[in-house]
Amino acid sequence: MSSFSVTLPEVVLGLMFVGLIAYGLFGGADFGAGIWDLLSGGTRAGARRRALIEHSIGPVWEANHVWLIFVLVVLWTAFPRGFVSVATTLYVPLTLAAFGMIARGAAFAFRKSTTELGLRRFLGASFALSSLVTPYFLGAVVGGVASGRVPPGIAAGNVVTSWANPTSTLGGVLAVLVCAYLAAVFLCGDAVRDGHEELAEEFRVRALGTAAVTGAAGLVGFFVLRADAPLLFDGLLGRGLPVIVVSVVAGVAAIVLLAMRRYAPARIASALAVATILVGWAAGQYPYLLPPALTIDDAAAGRPTLVAMLVSLVIGTLVLVPSLIYLYSLFQRGPAAAEPGPSEDTT
Amino acid sequence: MEQYALVLAGAADNLYPARMQMALSLGWHIVFSCFGIAFPTIVVFTEWRAHRRGNPDLRGLAHTWAKAMGILFAAGAVSGTLLSFEMGILWPGLMEPFGEVFGFPFVLEGFAFFIEAIFVGIYLFGWDRMSPRAHMLSAIPMIVSGVAGAFFVIAANAWMNNPTGFDLDPAGRVVNADPVGAMFGPSTWPQFVHMLIAAYMVTGFTIASVYAIGMLRGRRDRYHRFGLLVPLTFAAIAAPIQIGVGDWIANAVAENQPVKLAAMEGLYRSSTAVPLSLGGIYVDDELRGVLEIPWGLSLLVTHDPNGAVTGLESVAPELRPPVNIVHLAYNAMVGIGTALLLLALWLGWSWWRHRRIPHTAWFLRAVAVSGAAAVLAMEAGWITTEVGRQPFIVYGILRTADAVSPAPGLFLGFYAVVVIYLVLTALTVYVLRRLARGQAAAAPQERDDPVPAA
Repeated sequence: MSSFSVTLPEVVLGLMFVGLIAYGLFGGADFGAGIWDLLSGGTRAGARRRALIEHSIGPVWEANHVWLIFVLVVLWTAFPRGFVSVATTLYVPLTLAAFGMIARGAAFAFRKSTTELGLRRFLGASFALSSLVTPYFLGAVVGGVASGRVPPGIAAGNVVTSWANPTSTLGGVLAVLVCAYLAAVFLCGDAVRDGHEELAEEFRVRALGTAAVTGAAGLVGFFVLRADAPLLFDGLLGRGLPVIVVSVVAGVAAIVLLAMRRYAPARIASALAVATILVGWAAGQYPYLLPPALTIDDAAAGRPTLVAMLVSLVIGTLVLVPSLIYLYSLFQRGPAAAEPGPSEDTT
Repeated sequence: MEQYALVLAGAADNLYPARMQMALSLGWHIVFSCFGIAFPTIVVFTEWRAHRRGNPDLRGLAHTWAKAMGILFAAGAVSGTLLSFEMGILWPGLMEPFGEVFGFPFVLEGFAFFIEAIFVGIYLFGWDRMSPRAHMLSAIPMIVSGVAGAFFVIAANAWMNNPTGFDLDPAGRVVNADPVGAMFGPSTWPQFVHMLIAAYMVTGFTIASVYAIGMLRGRRDRYHRFGLLVPLTFAAIAAPIQIGVGDWIANAVAENQPVKLAAMEGLYRSSTAVPLSLGGIYVDDELRGVLEIPWGLSLLVTHDPNGAVTGLESVAPELRPPVNIVHLAYNAMVGIGTALLLLALWLGWSWWRHRRIPHTAWFLRAVAVSGAAAVLAMEAGWITTEVGRQPFIVYGILRTADAVSPAPGLFLGFYAVVVIYLVLTALTVYVLRRLARGQAAAAPQERDDPVPAA
């Protein structure tokens, strides 16, 4: 990087990527909570864990997933060529991920509104299973793009091998593990805040376990990428290396903090570790939107569109961020303090 | 990037399943969008009246409706997510050349939807936790962003009906894309206002119909009377306004999409002093079994009984939409809309003369079916505008058949969507019925279940 200059398409793509990171962190924790719901055990044994999970993600579950819609609409407006290439070649995992989001979102919402055990079980299973499946397919999409299996053009790539391949499998598995890890770390903090120390201990063990598995998967991934996606591999070890180092350091710090039960800083370190994995991917395949053929600048829309995007993204963020902070701060307040019981005036 | 062409070979087999998948996804979503647009106003208005009058029935209604609003919002949100995938998966030939032209309002809609999701969460969560004033203030962004989101989506659809804000070079490629100009084409405002009013009619009549059914079953307490009166009043105010808006939008269609108007009316020959055609079937370029109102159509679209109206003959047969679908859907919309207007007038008359809801069983029966009728009218209107645009996806410029993805196996997605929406519909109805019966039910954004003690 001798001369550092940023083009307008790169700025817009960068802002889109901020949205993607937010989705990875918030949506990821959301998916991960669903994965832990799946692994919570039987109806009775897992009830306390499930209650904590539902309690933690309940109020924000919907807002978290708007990030993805945001990423999609920015892509199709500012980078229509890249967007349609990905959407058509990788339509199978994208459709399955979309179905997973429907099954997940609807099941979670409707489970709250029913008391019948059989239906609650069905909805719970649907919520939990799709929480596992959806991040897998999204990770597989990332793997397909990053390994250069999406050529520019409408349905120009293979609709099967573009997502059923070693790098996509790695992407999917890593996505699932990272979501589970993030959720476990976040749930530790929530459990302590709500005064459930023993639940915090359970999730601390889960967080440490997932961290170990994720680290192992990362090591395996090193060899997978070297064999299957050499261009990305070189990028990761070249331009992406500083970011990968930060990711590893943050990940190790998070584990130490978890071991010390310092949950609040562990959250921050974990979020940093995950965010930098995504940034590493971006740095690894820069300057390509679709390696090895379509660069960011080639894929970009015309200047008026990009300028309009930039202006709306800045103004929109100024409205959005305070609203989100207000929402999260409202829900992070301890529930025991000023929370009256559910109102009974509806019947 | 020469390999991009507007015409995609091999996509013909995908056209039917892709259109059906889109129609099903959008047709399902649009109902829930109506509630996302109009329900917040009705709920907050009811809450405000409850505070003003200290009325526990109104307060109970507002709280129940807030929960229903949360459930409907969740259903709308998940179905909307699928749509944003489908735009690229099914219609790459539209998004690739034109994404930079008309994608912009979707970005703004993304923000609007995000804000709405946040404040729906705050509104539901804050029900018993904030002061009444703060609580109702928190609802303002929810209402504004719901309406703004509708505007942006309609702006994108209006662009497909009347594409503006770009040029085509001699090779047929898009140049000089102006995303802001594209948002404000000639169809945007009439289509938006028409949809906004429709949302109030759908929401108002549907909620009122739930309470009308309850009253028919003998539950005629104050709670049910308010439950019927408040939403029905919103719908009754919207109905007559919609007639005026309908005239506005018909004029816009006549001016910008004359072939669509001709299909709506089943009019083959361009002529003057054209009658308004009600009902009938279009066979061999002729409308059979039709009821005609002399000079009606000329009067409506030109405001002159002898005005000239363009017929289907003005374009080649392969450029005409399927006339019967468009004509019947249009007639259904207008017919049901007129019936709903009469219902609104019935309520208005009774209120003006006696300060009460008409208390005949026939009135309650009419209100009971009005919800389904309003949904039907809205879907018919949507079919009119979407099918009436065919065979084009971008009117006059890009054919739907040339926009569909050529990827193999697309029809499987359609079957899956059918199954998913069947399950989703059954679950939504089940949950709302529970709520209507007063059984304990919580909205998805609420946190009503306390964590069991450890």
